[in-house]
Amino acid sequence: MSTLQITDLHVSVDTEDGPKQILKGVTLTIDDGETHAIMGPNGSGKSTLAYSIAGHPKYTVTGGSVTLDGEDVLAMSVDERARAGLFLAMQYPVEVPGVSVSNFLRTAKTAIDGEAPKLRHWVKDVNKALQDLNLDPSFGTRSVNEGFSGGEKKRHEIAQLELLDPKVAILDETDSGLDIDALKVVSDGVNRFRAKEGKGVLLITHYTRILRYITPDRVHVFVDGKIADQGGPELADQLEAEGYDKYLTKV
Amino acid sequence: MLETKKIESHLNPTGSFDLADHPVPTGREEIWRFTPLKRLRGLHAEAEFAAPTSATEWNTPAGVRIEVVEGDEARALRGVSGLVPNTRFAARVLAEVPSTLLVDVPAEADVSEPIHVRVQGQDAGSAEAAHVVLRFGAHSRSVVVLDHSGHASLAQVVEVVAGDGAQVSVVSLQDWSDDAVHLTHHEASVGRDATYKHVAISFGGDVVRMDSNVHYAGPGGSAELLGLYFADEGQHIEHRLFADHNEPRTKSNVVYKGALQGQGAHTVWVGNVLIRQVAEGIETYEENRNLVLTDGCQADSVPNLEIETGEIEGAGHASATGRFDDEQLFYLRARGIAEAEARRLVVHGFFNDLIRKIGVASLEEKLMATVEDELSKNVLKDVTGDVTEVGV
Ligand SMILES: Nc1ncnc2c1ncn2[C@@H]1O[C@H](COP(=O)(O)OP(=O)(O)O)[C@@H](O)[C@H]1O
Ligand SMILES: [Mg+2]
Repeated sequence: MSTLQITDLHVSVDTEDGPKQILKGVTLTIDDGETHAIMGPNGSGKSTLAYSIAGHPKYTVTGGSVTLDGEDVLAMSVDERARAGLFLAMQYPVEVPGVSVSNFLRTAKTAIDGEAPKLRHWVKDVNKALQDLNLDPSFGTRSVNEGFSGGEKKRHEIAQLELLDPKVAILDETDSGLDIDALKVVSDGVNRFRAKEGKGVLLITHYTRILRYITPDRVHVFVDGKIADQGGPELADQLEAEGYDKYLTKV
Repeated sequence: MLETKKIESHLNPTGSFDLADHPVPTGREEIWRFTPLKRLRGLHAEAEFAAPTSATEWNTPAGVRIEVVEGDEARALRGVSGLVPNTRFAARVLAEVPSTLLVDVPAEADVSEPIHVRVQGQDAGSAEAAHVVLRFGAHSRSVVVLDHSGHASLAQVVEVVAGDGAQVSVVSLQDWSDDAVHLTHHEASVGRDATYKHVAISFGGDVVRMDSNVHYAGPGGSAELLGLYFADEGQHIEHRLFADHNEPRTKSNVVYKGALQGQGAHTVWVGNVLIRQVAEGIETYEENRNLVLTDGCQADSVPNLEIETGEIEGAGHASATGRFDDEQLFYLRARGIAEAEARRLVVHGFFNDLIRKIGVASLEEKLMATVEDELSKNVLKDVTGDVTEVGV
């Protein structure tokens, strides 16, 4: 079972001119096994929502709540959230020079499981996850995200999703900057994750094309820090045809 | 526009063997302004050099001569690298040492086993002077590790002569006890087409100051000057580099990385590069990065590039001093890794690239362990559990 419940979430970011309100009351529930897409124009606050759920220190929650299976996520530290079952695939994955991918993956897996993975299985699992995402086995020896192409960074995020096996995955524009082949590889990875029992996905995207490979249960239109509209997968088709203009002119 | 005529070089003051030309420094001199003279136990001034109390031992790979030499042979070695002292302590060492430790690698010798010289200080209360000469014949290949530990007040000159085409690594490890003071000048002459790697690793000691200089005895030589240091509470660790591009088509590549933790930890890095008018087609790059782990530390970082010619292939430098990168920590923690463990990974990562560049397998593991020890003093005080394997 996994339910991510976001209720009336208000978030501000610290800027040079003081705090700036970005999220203005977001309410959204991802029930057991559901995939929700969030679509919205640049600057509407999609990444702010993702980072706030993950606990990035730059963002301050000024109101509302986030729970995972009833547990208060906002009361947890960043790493506690991950260990509780949240995963954020970042829009801009961070370089960690000198730390190899394989060391990073094993350290993360050990932290999440509370014990070191059995070596034999682990090596096999890592190789399979890399292979599934079309990443060369030598990837393990490279420094985390350093010198990776844009596509490699995103595929590396999804390899982590498969290996760390969270309850709920938040994917922040994982599709942006991918060519069509990479998009399919990444979508396959996400679909393998979704095929498992009870996994929730919050799929943040600017474009509709990834929704051709990953069919969401719900689509939310995000404008100016709020959900402006919601519906089924057909809403994505409508956005594809009409764009965000009708929501923007309302503001 | 680049200055192309001869200019007066402030990085390269004229040296002298005559002690009278070297007044006792006051601390106002450019080259002494960062150094805490009061803590040097007079090594920079008039400290009387006693008979050595430190124990020195080494292994002798086949074909290599390693010996303490005296008399005429020792005298002939003073300044053999072309060193003309530009500090009082170096001038005094060369004037006063009765003997020299000579490592002599014959031409074309290919010595696979590292030559490991261990200097074990016994008494920090007694000032010592030491002269070491590492002479590498043409087209020879070898690695020398100078490994300093224990208690000492040591003024030292290390001269390196890398013959034409030689491939040489010199690693100097300063892993002293807390009471040690070490002033040292390393001077290397890099022969035509020779490759010289110098690695300075400074962890222990109250004050460690190393001047590591390199100049070229012919065109086409290449120098890689690497450094790794970790300063704790109250420690002063100073590294001064000087790459003197006095020959055409020579290269220098300087990378120094340091970490600081604890009240009063002070590190200094001064990277001087001089490109002389004759030195056409040279390449130089220097980089210094410092990671500040706690409050109360100071890292000084001063790159200096002085150019007398316009015909350069490439010249650059980078210097950065900072705290932990919040984005890196967030990324690791968002994968479930607890904060202290995330910090440990970042620090290991910071040093990892450099440690791999040293190229002496037996040292790499030891250095990783030393970094781990240093971290456990402060940053990771409250972390328990196994040491994370770092690397592949
Ligand atoms: N550190 C910051 N300082 C100032 N403004 C910020 C900062 N981070 C985000 N913002 C602003 O918050 C708004 C939402 O940003 P973001 O959540 O990244 O949007 P999206 O992911 O939808 O493109 C934008 O107007 C952006 O300029
Ligand atoms: Mg975004």
